[in-house]
Amino acid sequence: MTQKNQYKLNVNGQTVEVTAEPRELLIYTLREQLNITGPHIGCETSHCGACTVTIDGKSVKSCTMFVAQAEGKEITTIEGLGGPDALHPLQEAFKEHHGLQCGYCTPGMITRASKLLEEIPNPTEEEIRFGMAGNICRCTGYQNIVKSIKAAAAEINAAKEAAQ
Amino acid sequence: MYNFDFEKPSTIADAVSAMAAEEAQALGGGQTLIPTLKQRLASPSKLVSLSGIAEMKGVCEADGGISVGGATTHATVAAEAGAYPALAALASNIGDPAVRNRGTIGGSLANNDPAACYPSAALASGATIETNSREIAADDYFQGMFTTALEEGEIITNVRFPIPEAASYQKFEQPASRFAMVGVFVAKYVDGVRVAVTGASEDGVFRWTEAEEALSGNFSADAVEGLSVSGDGMISDLHGSGDYRAHLVKVLTKRAVAAAS
Repeated sequence: MTQKNQYKLNVNGQTVEVTAEPRELLIYTLREQLNITGPHIGCETSHCGACTVTIDGKSVKSCTMFVAQAEGKEITTIEGLGGPDALHPLQEAFKEHHGLQCGYCTPGMITRASKLLEEIPNPTEEEIRFGMAGNICRCTGYQNIVKSIKAAAAEINAAKEAAQ
Repeated sequence: MYNFDFEKPSTIADAVSAMAAEEAQALGGGQTLIPTLKQRLASPSKLVSLSGIAEMKGVCEADGGISVGGATTHATVAAEAGAYPALAALASNIGDPAVRNRGTIGGSLANNDPAACYPSAALASGATIETNSREIAADDYFQGMFTTALEEGEIITNVRFPIPEAASYQKFEQPASRFAMVGVFVAKYVDGVRVAVTGASEDGVFRWTEAEEALSGNFSADAVEGLSVSGDGMISDLHGSGDYRAHLVKVLTKRAVAAAS
């Protein structure tokens, strides 16, 4: 017991090895061991979604997963979507349409929204609200988040069409 | 939370031997167990993750029913249980997308939270819960809030649902937790109608037999109009009184029948 183990993870395209107790929550491994501080700790009870990351292509709340469960998995955080030099269309749209105010929920919001737009490339407002139900924002009242996601969807779809 | 050893077997047989350790606890998707551990409400010596067992995952059709592996996530049931639309719909409305990507049917049934959705589907469908050692009929499986027929170390490997002629699950959601304040699953089979209620009773999921009799004779929302549900023994908390929940049982039963027929 209380023994530390080695875990191999793939985070944002890079293979990393960490030493942790099995009980360590993935969000702590990301933030405190790997210095990936995009995913935030909000409620730590899997309600708020600030810690949302993508694991093997699926949205997951990293506060409700042990590092031991993430062994061998591919993890994408907001850092893996885009950065200051090359914003992801969702990051650009949230900026343009005031999809954030304090910004605390934004990394989780955008990481989740990036999967939503893969699941439903051209979502209705209702589909956006249902698909984003696990991400809570206490500033915007969601109107501008919906607007941002719609704008990003249009942008991504237009780019896809142009590429064809 | 207290620390524990962690094992991730890849076969049911290995999981069963790992579970033989004292105070070992099976781990499905962890969407209930991890919050429980965080609050130090449990202190298992070892967690045995079931998520690496391929033979416990997926949905398949068999003998006029569908069979769902115990480690199948809600998202997978929502996507793949098209042969039983009411079950797929129930799965697609549990919690939120991230919870559905992790939470499993076996975890939900083993925990038997009084407000969980799946127990009502299993009970209303007369499902068979298959474990590593036996098969348990849903009517014998649920034994009260957080209590089931499972023995120490027993693992739900599969759940078999006979497919009804018509069915619907209606829940009145507690908006913060997204658990069912009350949820009613109505399933109409050739030999009769079954109605199972979750979220309401202090004894956990239960069958509303008066409604079953009324609906078996006349499958319409009007058939339950004359019935009443007592608030005695219903959960009373800050979200709603026992009487309120009792009222919702009838309202949601009518909605489920209307949606199913």
